[in-house]
Amino acid sequence: MRENHQTIYLDNAASTRLDPRVLEKMTPYFLDSYAVATSEFAYSMGIEAREALESARTELAGYLHAQPGEFVFTSDPTESTNLAILGLVRGTHGPRRRLVTSRIEDFPVLNTFKYLESEGFPVTYLPVDSNGFVDRERLRQAVSEETLLVSIQHANQEIGTLQPIGEFAAISKAQGAFFHTDATHTFRRVPLDMTALPVDLATVASHTLHGPRGIAGLFLREGTPLKKILQGGFQERNLRPGTENVPGAVGFARAAQLMTEEENEEIRHLRDRLQDELLRRVSHSILNGDRTQRVPQNANISFRYVEGESITLQLDFRGIAVSTGSACFSKSLEASHVMLGIGGDHERAHGSIRFTLSRFTTAEQIETTIGAVAEVVENLRRISPLGKDQGER
Amino acid sequence: MPLPYSEKVLEHFKNPHNVGKLENPDGKGLEGSPACGDMVAVYIAVDPEDHKISDIKFESYGCASNIATGSIITDLAKGKTLEEAKHISWKEASDALGGLPPVKAHCSVLAVDGLRAAITDYEERHGLIKDRVPTTEQEVTKRLKHVMNPLSGLDIVKTQLVTGVQVTEGRVTVQIGLAADHPFSNAIREDIQQKIERLWDVTEVEIRFEGGNSHGDPAR
Repeated sequence: MRENHQTIYLDNAASTRLDPRVLEKMTPYFLDSYAVATSEFAYSMGIEAREALESARTELAGYLHAQPGEFVFTSDPTESTNLAILGLVRGTHGPRRRLVTSRIEDFPVLNTFKYLESEGFPVTYLPVDSNGFVDRERLRQAVSEETLLVSIQHANQEIGTLQPIGEFAAISKAQGAFFHTDATHTFRRVPLDMTALPVDLATVASHTLHGPRGIAGLFLREGTPLKKILQGGFQERNLRPGTENVPGAVGFARAAQLMTEEENEEIRHLRDRLQDELLRRVSHSILNGDRTQRVPQNANISFRYVEGESITLQLDFRGIAVSTGSACFSKSLEASHVMLGIGGDHERAHGSIRFTLSRFTTAEQIETTIGAVAEVVENLRRISPLGKDQGER
Repeated sequence: MPLPYSEKVLEHFKNPHNVGKLENPDGKGLEGSPACGDMVAVYIAVDPEDHKISDIKFESYGCASNIATGSIITDLAKGKTLEEAKHISWKEASDALGGLPPVKAHCSVLAVDGLRAAITDYEERHGLIKDRVPTTEQEVTKRLKHVMNPLSGLDIVKTQLVTGVQVTEGRVTVQIGLAADHPFSNAIREDIQQKIERLWDVTEVEIRFEGGNSHGDPAR
């Protein structure tokens, strides 16, 4: 395997490096207390596993100011979102059938709604403004007493824009609709207090917090009528069958505990340096997303006249890992729906680069990245037919 | 895991040959793909005596395979006659690069189209083109051979994705044997649209997706 410790990894929204302290906490549940989490009437190793699972659940629910019974473990944020949306649809039988979401949601939300659309549920996909915000008035108009569920993300996966979900949830609740939010990129990054937010369902992630993959959570407010979508045993209060991932749950809780406000401030500081310096040094560069209402770990900049996959590859040669919204980079050969959603402009998507920082990002790495990006963009612009003699083309 | 590009592609991407533009070129071509947003400009200088390409440059607003193909195709065309250069195919360029990933075919075919457009531009400017002929189903099919099937990297005609072509008084209908919700359907639609609608007598292009297969790689 390649030695990767030299890599400047700035694709932490995709996934993060496991913190060794998390691994340390998980190991005993692979090697010693490896039994399934049994009832309290079984053997001791199973009871230990049960206690570890429940204490992880209590801790994680605590960070949301929720009750332990309001937190379900799943295998991935994708599963959490499927369970939230499909589970609610299967668990309710009234006349409400309308669903509302935004155009810039991540694929789990978008494609679950598309799936339900094919079953005949009417779905409204709300547009967003140039910074990625859903318009309150439009949401108000879209939600009615026929609406079953509104799902609007807490922060965007590409441009980091933070939606005012408290307000959006209130608008939805006023019409009696349920409200789900995809908080994959915000849990433990920005405050999420479920006693203050009228949110019914929230998807939370471990693998974006230096926790393990293969585990995630779903907050569901007490009384939300959810029906399980996988068939099997009665685990997770009969909402999610399958052998409990005890080491995963323990690791998730430890990862959430390690993420502090101070750390997020440090990351924000590095992000600001990267963002401001690139915008200052590279001409014809535009910030994507809102300057202040955004998660601390995300910067996203479009460099005009150059293509994102070329930038990504050139940066990879220099040991820097980033991602792009360019069509050339995507498997479907389509430009990022988020970038198109905020501007409707292919060119902006074509040259967009997402940088997502982490606990392991250093000030030195940020300086190296700034220099490398400025150079790579300049080199590629020399090859480009665009942007040289304005007016000719 | 190694990168999906050959050493040769990476070499040409890192240090592309013949980059830039010619002042007062004898012919120039600009090709763009709305599907992926890439763009290539090719400039040629032609010896009026023997119609050989005496100098050639290119510029690229594109991804690695687009840049590498621009580099190799200009290498291949230099010194050739217009007739010879016209027949340099995407396959030859791809072979010279040690192969390109199938999904990248549509970005790299632009450089080939750019070269051909520069030659056509020269021919038009020098009165070497015959009169305009009405668009036929054959002509449409010929153009469709420049639309790549991202599933295989071969064109959509050869891979039998095109299930029908009709031309009626400027209206062109193309049937594609792929489900409308296939991950690649939008990219293919835009590419066809762009290649056909610029034919001088075409007023409308309709692309129908009529197939059952909606499977493919996840969207991103």
